[in-house]
Amino acid sequence: MSDRLDAQPGPGTGSGTPDRPGRDQPETGSTAKGTHMAAPGTRTSEEKGARRPAAGKADTTRVLAVPKGRTGAARILLGRDAIMIYVLVVVVLYASLVIPRFASPVTVGFLLLDVIPTLLIALPMTLVIISGEIDLSVASIAGLTSALMGVLWQGGMPIALVLVVCVLAGLVAGAFNGMLIAYLGLPSLAVTIGTLALFRGLALVVIGDNAVANFPPGLTSFFTSKIGGTGIPTVMVGVVVLIIAFAVVLHFTPFGRGLFALGYSKEAATFVGIDVARSKFLLYLATGTVSALAGIYWTLRYSSARSDNASGLELAVIAAVLLGGVSIFGGKGSIPGVLAGVLLIGTINYALKLDRVSEVVLIIVTGSLLILSVVAPNIAAAVQRARHARQVRSAPLP
Amino acid sequence: MSLDSKSAVPAHPTPEHSRPSAFASFLRLRELPVILALVVLVAVTAALNPLFLGEQGIKDLLLNATILMILAVGQTLVIITRNIDLSVGSILGLVAFGTGSIFVAAPNLPIIAVFVVGMLFGAVLGALNGLLITIAKVPALVITLGTLYIFRGINNAWAGGTQYFAGDRPEAFGNLSVDTILGFPVITLIAVVVVAIVAVYMLGTRPGRDLYAIGSDPDAARLFGIPVTRRVLLAFVVNGLLAGLAGVLYASRFNSVGATTGSGLELDVVAAAVVGGVAIFGGSGTVVGAAIGALLLTTITSALTALRVDKFWQQAIVGILILAAVVIDRIASVRSARKLRIAEARNV
Repeated sequence: MSDRLDAQPGPGTGSGTPDRPGRDQPETGSTAKGTHMAAPGTRTSEEKGARRPAAGKADTTRVLAVPKGRTGAARILLGRDAIMIYVLVVVVLYASLVIPRFASPVTVGFLLLDVIPTLLIALPMTLVIISGEIDLSVASIAGLTSALMGVLWQGGMPIALVLVVCVLAGLVAGAFNGMLIAYLGLPSLAVTIGTLALFRGLALVVIGDNAVANFPPGLTSFFTSKIGGTGIPTVMVGVVVLIIAFAVVLHFTPFGRGLFALGYSKEAATFVGIDVARSKFLLYLATGTVSALAGIYWTLRYSSARSDNASGLELAVIAAVLLGGVSIFGGKGSIPGVLAGVLLIGTINYALKLDRVSEVVLIIVTGSLLILSVVAPNIAAAVQRARHARQVRSAPLP
Repeated sequence: MSLDSKSAVPAHPTPEHSRPSAFASFLRLRELPVILALVVLVAVTAALNPLFLGEQGIKDLLLNATILMILAVGQTLVIITRNIDLSVGSILGLVAFGTGSIFVAAPNLPIIAVFVVGMLFGAVLGALNGLLITIAKVPALVITLGTLYIFRGINNAWAGGTQYFAGDRPEAFGNLSVDTILGFPVITLIAVVVVAIVAVYMLGTRPGRDLYAIGSDPDAARLFGIPVTRRVLLAFVVNGLLAGLAGVLYASRFNSVGATTGSGLELDVVAAAVVGGVAIFGGSGTVVGAAIGALLLTTITSALTALRVDKFWQQAIVGILILAAVVIDRIASVRSARKLRIAEARNV
């Protein structure tokens, strides 16, 4: 519970309070400043009932203790993540009812197979963006891994060793990014534009114009196989494990909590004892490694190792992550929201494809969704501010 | 800086520090590393392969750089205000295809009118970006990532499988990228004029200086009375206008324009600006630097070909170059920060 609250530390409790005086009431007055985090859920219901009568007797010393906005269950059920999930559910239901052949195991299978690379890379990307940085080199790392895989396999290396080497290559690529960004303090946007070109270039150096396709059939068929008749791809098991791992790290460990703090203010994070450089370095290690996994998946799923595999994926991943409610400025976001964002784009794309809508409209939809998802909350906030200002102005002077 | 050094003069008469010579200020030029890199690259390549600096060689170098140069200039305006525009590749694509369609629909339209229409079209698209960013107060990275997809989608829908080839447009238009004046291709001259105009504007006019102020510290700029919203909007409109110009020139330079024209160009443009010494977080850098950065990036490709380096290495080298530019920028800013601190300490 308190986890949900901390998720938006800055504006949640600090900046919002001055513009709503007089919302405090006797019941909460007894709750000291320091403990208000402990029982947010219970207070909401009381607050709603007691707000009006208490409006007259404002006490400026207690106002600080009132968190802005919703708390407790309402916060979870009406939050940004929840809205994304509702939208996803509505889209899935609508598509199942309206589009013939949508509601079938085949759909589930292909939809998930298509979405897995984005889904995988979106996980570490969420953490990176929450901490206030960005990584544009992910797709190039995936491409580099794919190229490496093709060349090593063709060179006669056993496939198990090939996979290990590829994951290590991703780790090294991530470490390179991390070193430049975390320890040399270079801006991540510029660095990863550079490594975007560098890693893709290395992929070209490694494999050139060639394509390697003769991977062991057992392995490639495993990567497209489904669990029984459900249509869910077998590899989804591994993906789910990763999702859970990232969700736990982000939302339930001190390290993850630190990332939110980092995204808000690096100085403040340093002062509360977060090792800023080490945290960032670990994040880039994670993006590198997971991008390598995505590269391996891409290679085996299409059973083709090429230098241009997964090119352009970085912007698709970032679009999905931002759609999932992660703030590009850092400090805000969650794994469930991002999952909903990725699946929403995947579902809409797949449904439109099934409905014989051309690819053309798909990218317009993706772009519009992205813009709408960031513009809509701002407009809503502006409307709310305007309404509040009107109320304040029309209120009789004491 | 200049204020500090002036007030420090009476206490510490150190003329060699307080009155920097022309040579010293040349050494501190942000564009110096990229200029040096370009000169070394061209010199080494020309020494090993004399054909590289032949008449045709130079012409090709300039032609290849033209479009990226114009885009980099526009992008620099936006980056200086601490924003970014990822949609330029899509704007260029739309305008290039639009140019092709205009020539098919109205073959007798004067070429200058086509330029005006293309640039206005680009400006409208840029204004759309700018309005979304300034009115809705949403980060530019997100908005322009969205419009990157939307503009590209519109381009796809409009073009479908259609492509316009060199034969579809008047010969005079295509000749813009063939004819030369004093050895310079006409479209490169257009680019040079654009760079010069924008450079003077950024250097010597109030709105131009305002853009730097906004990028250094948006809040301070607002407090100072700079119309931040209007200036940022201006930067995006000009960027769109220049992307439109680049689109028209693209249609002149290349054989075919279609649904995918200019896709993936956005990161090259940002890379050119970064290599040219434009700080990614705004507030410093010049359009001349960005233009030279663009020239360097495109020259590398030709140089490597001339040196018979495996073509697969090109992109990796571009990546290393970008990283080097970022590191150099960092070193420069650390040094100037230290100098500033020392100057302040002396003042106290």
